[in-house]
Amino acid sequence: MRDGTIVVAGASLAGLRGAEALRRGGFSGRLILVGDEPHLPYDRPPLSKHVLTGEVAAGATTLPGVGALDAEWRLGTPAAGLDRAGRSLLLADGTRLPFDRLLIATGARARPWPQADEARLAGVHTLRGRDDAAALAAGLAARPGRVLILGAGFIGGEVASSIRALGLPVTVVDPEPAPLARALGSVLGGFMAGRMEASGVDLRPGTRVARLEGDEAGRVRRAHLAEGGTIEADLVVVALGAVRNTGWLAGSGLSADEGGLSCDGACRALDEAGRPDDAIFAAGDVARFPHPLYGGRPVALEHWGNAVAQGAHAARAMLDGPDAAGAYAELPAFWSSQFGLNIKSLGLLEGADAMAIVQGDPGTGRFLAVYGHEGRTIAAVSINAGRWLPAYEAPIREGAPFPPITGGADQPAPAPFPPGLPSMQAA
Amino acid sequence: MRVVVDLNRCQAYAQCCYAAPERFVLQGDEILAYDPAPPAAERAAIDRAVQACPVRAIRVEHDETAERAA
Amino acid sequence: MTDTDGTLFAQVRDPENRADPYPLYTRLRAQPVARQDDGTWVASGYAAIRALLHDPRVSSEDLPPAEHPATGNPIKDFFVNPIKDWITDRHRPFIFRDPPDHGLLRRQVMGQFTVARVRGMKRRTEALVDECLRARAGATRFDLVDDLAYPLPVTVICEMLGVPREDEARFHAWATQLATALEPESRNDEDLRARNTETFDAIAAYMRDLIREKRRAPADDMLSGLATTKDAQAGRMSDPDLVATAILLLIAGHETTVNLITNGMLTLLRHPDELARLRADPERAPRVIEELLRYEPPVHFRTRLTRAPIPVGDVTIPEGVPLVLLFAAGNRDPARFPDPDRFDPDREDNQHFGFGGALHYCVGAPLARIEAEAALTALVARLREPRLVEDPPPYRAGASLRGPERLLLDIRGIA
Repeated sequence: MRDGTIVVAGASLAGLRGAEALRRGGFSGRLILVGDEPHLPYDRPPLSKHVLTGEVAAGATTLPGVGALDAEWRLGTPAAGLDRAGRSLLLADGTRLPFDRLLIATGARARPWPQADEARLAGVHTLRGRDDAAALAAGLAARPGRVLILGAGFIGGEVASSIRALGLPVTVVDPEPAPLARALGSVLGGFMAGRMEASGVDLRPGTRVARLEGDEAGRVRRAHLAEGGTIEADLVVVALGAVRNTGWLAGSGLSADEGGLSCDGACRALDEAGRPDDAIFAAGDVARFPHPLYGGRPVALEHWGNAVAQGAHAARAMLDGPDAAGAYAELPAFWSSQFGLNIKSLGLLEGADAMAIVQGDPGTGRFLAVYGHEGRTIAAVSINAGRWLPAYEAPIREGAPFPPITGGADQPAPAPFPPGLPSMQAA
Repeated sequence: MRVVVDLNRCQAYAQCCYAAPERFVLQGDEILAYDPAPPAAERAAIDRAVQACPVRAIRVEHDETAERAA
Repeated sequence: MTDTDGTLFAQVRDPENRADPYPLYTRLRAQPVARQDDGTWVASGYAAIRALLHDPRVSSEDLPPAEHPATGNPIKDFFVNPIKDWITDRHRPFIFRDPPDHGLLRRQVMGQFTVARVRGMKRRTEALVDECLRARAGATRFDLVDDLAYPLPVTVICEMLGVPREDEARFHAWATQLATALEPESRNDEDLRARNTETFDAIAAYMRDLIREKRRAPADDMLSGLATTKDAQAGRMSDPDLVATAILLLIAGHETTVNLITNGMLTLLRHPDELARLRADPERAPRVIEELLRYEPPVHFRTRLTRAPIPVGDVTIPEGVPLVLLFAAGNRDPARFPDPDRFDPDREDNQHFGFGGALHYCVGAPLARIEAEAALTALVARLREPRLVEDPPPYRAGASLRGPERLLLDIRGIA
C-alpha cells in the first residue's frame, strides 16, 4: 500500500525512523505522528550523560529527520485508546484518528518509586524524557549535599558517573550483589563496582531501600534501608528500569502488558488469541517480538539501534506486506558510557551459563568478554575495546561453538566461568 | 542543525574530532561527546565530519528554513 | 559462478595489469575468500574483509612461519618485506605489531598526532601547494608526481615530525631511495638492496641524533613529544621503537599520499563532469576524496598472517598462511556498494577501506585528507585546461601501493 492514512502512535526514535522509512518506501498518503510529550522526537542517550554534566542542553537533542519529514504532528496529546473494529486511534483530548495502518511506538516510561506519596517528595527524580533530564540537571545545579541513586543498572550507573563528574557526593544502592549484575552478570558487575568506587561512588550492593522520608516542606531527606539504617540524601534518582507504555491498549483485545505489546516477526500486533492484526504494527521499546536468533523467544529491547531498525522493518511490512519484510532478526546491540568506560554489547546475554574474557585484560581496563549458552556463543561485550567487537557478529549470529575465536593475538587461553547472571526462570 | 551519532556503529576512529574539533571530542579511549545542535555557521565542518567517519555513524539535518531566516 | 583460477592474485601483481586490476578483482570476488595456487589466501569480498580486519586471529606480525616453503611464498616479493627485513632486526614499527604492544605504541603516536597539530598543518599545506604551483608558473606541461604529489607529503611529514628545514632535502633523497625497496625487483637486485640498507642505516643514525637533540631542546613537534612524553602504561618509548616509528611515519606519510593525489587527479580528468563540479564548488572536496579512497585507493591490499584456523562462510583459512586483505576489491563489491564501478562522490553510506580499518586504521588519515583536499582543489582551480598526455599513465611497480610513476598533463598555464 502506498496511499491512505498511516498513524504513528509515539513520536520518539522508533516512530520517527518508522515514519521516515514509510516515506522513503514510497508512501504518499497522509502520515500523522502522535506524541504524548509536546516535543518533536529527540534523542535520549545524552540525557543521562552529557545533559546532566551540563555539556549539552536538555532541549538540544531533537533528532535529524524531523525537519524533512512530510507529516502531521499531534504532539502533547497522548494516545488514550484503540478502536480496532473502527480502525481508529483515540487521543486523550477526545480526537478520533481513523487509520488504514497504525504503527504503535509508544515506548516505555521510567518505573516509578512504588510508594506514590514518597515518589512525590521534592527532590525525588526519575529519568526518561527531556523534561526529566532538565529537572534533574536543575536539581544537581543546586549542588545537593548528597545524591542517592536507587538502582545500579545502566541508567543508574550513567547518572552516577555524570554526578561524580560534577564533583557531587553520590551513593548508589541496589539489591543485586554488583552493579549491572542483571544485565551483564556479577563478574563484569564486579569490575564495574571497582571502577565506580575508584571514581568516588559510595556503592551499596545487596542493599534495599524500604522507604523515603521527607521533611515538613515535603522535601526528601533520607532513605530508610530494609536491613535497618538510613542514608541521608537531598536528591534521589529512582533508576529501577522501565515499564512499557501499553496501558492505553487496555480493552483493545491486543496482547499487551507492562512487558510490551506482542507482535510477530513482521511487527504485526497480536491479539489475545495470538492472531496478527494486518493493520496494526509495533516497533521500538514497546514491541515484544520473537527473536529468531534466540529460539523465537519473545523479547522487548530497550535499545537505540532496535528502535531504528525495527521502525524501518515495520514500515516495510506495512507497505509491502509481512512476507516481503520477512522476520525481523536484527542482531541486538547497545552501548553505555560511564566512568570513562565505553561498554558495547552484541547479542542477548540473558540465560548465559558461561562467559570468558577472550581479548585484553580487565587490569588494563580494555577487554572483551563472550557469553555462551549450552556451548553456543550468544553474546559479546567490549569494554573500551569497540574495534574488536565486529569480529563476534558472525559467531553470535551463527551460534558458533563457545568460546569462539581463540588462538589470536593477545588472547589468553580461554577459561570459561559462570557469568553470574540471574537464571532465566528467576528473571 | 541537528546531529545524531549512531554509537553502536562508532568505533572511536576520531576522524570527526579532526574535522570539527569544536563539536566532537573523544573522552577517554572511546567515549564520543558531541554537540547535537551545532550552529549553522559550522555546516562545512560538520559535513566534513560526516564524510570522514569511517563507519558513517553521523547523521545531520540542516535546518534550511532556520538558516534562511538567520 | 566460481572462478577457480588460482593464479588471479599473481596476475594482480603482474605489472602488466597495474593500470586496471579491477577486472581481476571482480573475478576474485566470485570466491570472497580464496586460496591461491602458491598457498596465499586472498579476501576480496567486502563482508569477509570487514570481519577479518577485526579478527584477532589475523596477525600483523606477518613474517611467514619457518616451515612454510620459501619458494611458495609470493609475499616475499612484496614491497613490505624488504623494508621489514631491515627493521625486524631492530624494532618493528607498530603497523607490524599485534596487541598488546601495538596498542601501546599506537596510543603514544596518536597522543602526538593531536587535533591541534594536524589542523595546524592545513594552512601550511595550502601554502606548500601554492609554492609548488608557482614554481611551475608559465609551464605548458606539468608532471603531477614530480611537481606536486611527491614533494608535498615529504615536506608535510618532515614538518610534523620536526625534521629541521635544512635537512629536508636529505629526507627527500632518503625517501626516494627507500621507495625503490617497494619494488619487487629489489629483492633480487643485490646492489639496490645494499644501497637501501645503507640508506636505512643513515636514516636510523640521523634519527638517533635528532631524537637526542629533541630531548635536549624539545620543540612543538611529534618527535619531541614522542621522545619526552611518558605513557601512563607504557612509559617512555624506547629509542629503537622511536626510530622505527619515525621511519614508518616518513614512508607511510608519503608513499600513500602521493598516490591519493595522483590517482585523484587522474580520476577527475577521466570524469570531466566531476572535475568541473569540484572546480565550481570546492566544498565538494570531502565527498570527492572519500569516493576516491573507495574507487582508486592508495593502498590496494595489506598482507597479514593467520595465527589460527579461521572459518569464513563455508571455507576455513588454515593457520600460518599469508592472508591478503584486498581492500580495493572490497571497495568495488556490488554486494556492498550499488553500481560499484561508477565514480560517484554523491554516494551515501560510503564505508570504504581506503584507510584500512579496525586497530590498524591509518593514523595519518586526517593529514592525508588535508593534503589531498589542498592539492586537488588547487589543481582543478589553477591548472588551465589540463589534458592527460598518456592514459593510462605508466605505473610504479607496486601492486599494493599502486599509483602512477608520472602523470603528465598538458596545460595552458597555471593561474
